[in-house]
Amino acid sequence: MAIRILFLGPLRDLAGCEEMTAAAPLDWAGLLKLVGQDVAEVLAGDRIHLACGGRVLANKTELSAQDGDEVALLPPVSGG
Amino acid sequence: MRDIRLLTEMFVPGALIGPFTNAHPGLGGVCTFVGEVRGDAEVAALELTHYEPLTLGGMHQLADRAEERFDLLGLLMVHRIGLLRVGEPIVCVSAAALHRRDAIDAVDCCMDHLKSAAWFWKREKRSDGWHWIEPRDEDHRDLARWG
Repeated sequence: MAIRILFLGPLRDLAGCEEMTAAAPLDWAGLLKLVGQDVAEVLAGDRIHLACGGRVLANKTELSAQDGDEVALLPPVSGG
Repeated sequence: MRDIRLLTEMFVPGALIGPFTNAHPGLGGVCTFVGEVRGDAEVAALELTHYEPLTLGGMHQLADRAEERFDLLGLLMVHRIGLLRVGEPIVCVSAAALHRRDAIDAVDCCMDHLKSAAWFWKREKRSDGWHWIEPRDEDHRDLARWG
């Protein structure tokens, strides 16, 4: 088992892929290191939300992903 | 009844609205809104992506709020995901109620939330490639009407 990281919407263009995997556990600092500089820069801003295990984190810097978790990087929505 | 769905293939709104209406004998009114991909010479296609754990759950939470706020007999909320062409239906919201105001306002409220606060990401294919879209200021103003 590992952690699955998903790049939603326009973030997949910036990341150059739709998803990647990471070894557990994964925290905020680990995520920033893993996603590359371009994504890390926008991720650190306040427009990107983070979901872990299907729930949006109120404070993304408190990320604490465990084995089997899915972490989703959520850019501003377009709406339907 | 509540019918909340994400669909990956083209749908015919009438095929949903008919059974939905019939499921509420004694209703006083049904209000339905159907949104379609707008005709635009520049736009060849539209692609909607979502995040399953949040998108469908978010639509159910929106339905919870609409049912609390308005006196409804039923609520249908169907949204497309995937690749869409001009003229294809993208969203259908229908509300059944004893009185028209509840039905009309519930649809209006749900649509304003879906347009700017739902977990969808949308991009348009134009002659020079794909372009991501964000809600317009007007969409945010519409949403703010509901407090």
